[in-house]
Amino acid sequence: MHEPRSFKIFRWIVLVPLIVFTAVPLYVMLTASLKPLQDVQGPWEWWPSQFTIQPFIDIWSTVPLGKYFVNSLVVSTVATIFSVIIAIFASYAISRYRFRGRGAFSGVVLSTQMFPGILFLLPLFIIFVNIDRALGIQFLYQTQAGLIVTYLTFTLPFSIWMLASYMDGIPRDLDEAARVDGTTAMGALFRVVLPSARPGIIAVAVYSFMTAWGEILFASQMTNNETRTLSIGLQAYSTEINVYWNQVMAASLVVSVPIVVGFLILQRYLVAGLTAGAVK
Amino acid sequence: MSSTLVELEAVATVPRTPASGAQKPRRKRLAWGRITPYLLILPAILFELLVHVIPMVVGVWMSFIQLTQFYITNWLSAPFVGFDNFKIALDFTNPLGAQLAQSFGLTLVFTILTVGFSWLFGMAASIVLQRKFRGRGLLRTLFLIPYAIPAYAGIITWKFILQRDTGLLNELLVNNLHVVNDAPFWLIGDNAFWSLVIVSVWQQWPFAFLMTMAGMQGIPEELYEAAAIDGASVWQQMRHITLGMMRPINSVLLLLLFLWTFREFNTPFVLFGARPADSANLLVVNIYQSSFIQWNFGLGAAMSVLLMLFLIIVAALWALWNRKVQRDA
Repeated sequence: MHEPRSFKIFRWIVLVPLIVFTAVPLYVMLTASLKPLQDVQGPWEWWPSQFTIQPFIDIWSTVPLGKYFVNSLVVSTVATIFSVIIAIFASYAISRYRFRGRGAFSGVVLSTQMFPGILFLLPLFIIFVNIDRALGIQFLYQTQAGLIVTYLTFTLPFSIWMLASYMDGIPRDLDEAARVDGTTAMGALFRVVLPSARPGIIAVAVYSFMTAWGEILFASQMTNNETRTLSIGLQAYSTEINVYWNQVMAASLVVSVPIVVGFLILQRYLVAGLTAGAVK
Repeated sequence: MSSTLVELEAVATVPRTPASGAQKPRRKRLAWGRITPYLLILPAILFELLVHVIPMVVGVWMSFIQLTQFYITNWLSAPFVGFDNFKIALDFTNPLGAQLAQSFGLTLVFTILTVGFSWLFGMAASIVLQRKFRGRGLLRTLFLIPYAIPAYAGIITWKFILQRDTGLLNELLVNNLHVVNDAPFWLIGDNAFWSLVIVSVWQQWPFAFLMTMAGMQGIPEELYEAAAIDGASVWQQMRHITLGMMRPINSVLLLLLFLWTFREFNTPFVLFGARPADSANLLVVNIYQSSFIQWNFGLGAAMSVLLMLFLIIVAALWALWNRKVQRDA
């Protein structure tokens, strides 16, 4: 297609500031993580006068980063698995059946997704504290199980909503044909719909995992020393006397790289899933 | 609440009318067919009750009781105070109410700025990246990275950039560009508001980019070709085809960004801790303070309910407006 010169100039007028805006913090994260402590505590230097990989070694002993890493992994994975499985069945029902209460159910799911987390945090906090007190054991408050439940408040509605939209895009003829051939509803779901919905399921899983991995509000109140996740644990590099900025940046890099790589590999699924959900 | 009843009813009710054309020997199987959707959504209903419906009912109840630190482990004995918590929150002559009003206004301005810039950046980037050129794939990847990075990692990096004495921003403003002589504070005082906007836009515009980019892929190439044959310039095509075709996606995108930004907690919490400067005291942080620092859960719950009502009104107005636009189109 013909592209006038003015459009090419316009393109770079738009792109250059956005590139700088996006890339500079990434550059800061990378270079600061390779500086010795006294250098990050002094005035900012664009190019490190001294390179060291020591921060990447120290991060594991300054705070129990490994433990936080495992905690985040467990909580995010379990919350993701739960919401994906529940959402598969629920979205199949919403997409393929017309039943009484369908509209009300979809409405509740969609609306809870828009509410702020703090709305659920306060009651869940009170409920958990009181359940634990009644049981006499620490079962939900500041435990991984409790955190997983609170994470379902945002992973579940999104998963159901997005997967139902995605399944709507899969031709009904496919599973109807399978039904005519004699499979049950479950057979049609597992043999026909699920394989076609795989991109949607991947999208839902990626999104749920990412959101859980980055969650801060619930983690700030629903965890303790033992169950703390990365989002809160990373703040432990700042003490009253000292902020280990090089280690903070190194740790930020370490917790970001796996999720960024995973996202970049799977992003086309996420795009497809998000637009399927948005256009509806 | 009514939504609970609707859901319970949904589980309990099995439609009575038989499907037309059903034959007698198959009736048993067909009855199963009617229960199937309810069985399928049963786990979802149970979990929805657990994580949304019950907490919401409890939350509304909490807003009517005097739930202070003395009652947290025994909340059922907290005294019922009716609308007192709401009165405190909405009485703009007392310090708490005044702070809430200020915080609401601040959040609104913050949201409008953040959503506006995020949408503008996302849309602009999608438009110029719509056509193939060298480096397009690389730039797409780069622009998506802030979206993939966990919120706290990105925000902490900005916190480092915004440090008064050791931060890159002041190095740039004071020593490199000589815009100001005295290094400004970015994390306390009035500038904290602008730090908040910049960091939020950095995190959010990639999402706007992702959505608009996906939307533009759905615009048929023939439209542009037809317009080009009719003599429309690239600029006219952009205005009439791209913007026109993007209207439904933009409308959803702006609503989502608004709802998400209005409840923003991560950015102020990581940048400034639980007690940000007055200029950056967003609504959710305010609720968090009332609840977990002052241990006044009743007041916090009342503020949450007010926040929820406001978001419902915004979403409802959006739905009305959207319907009108669709009808007019």
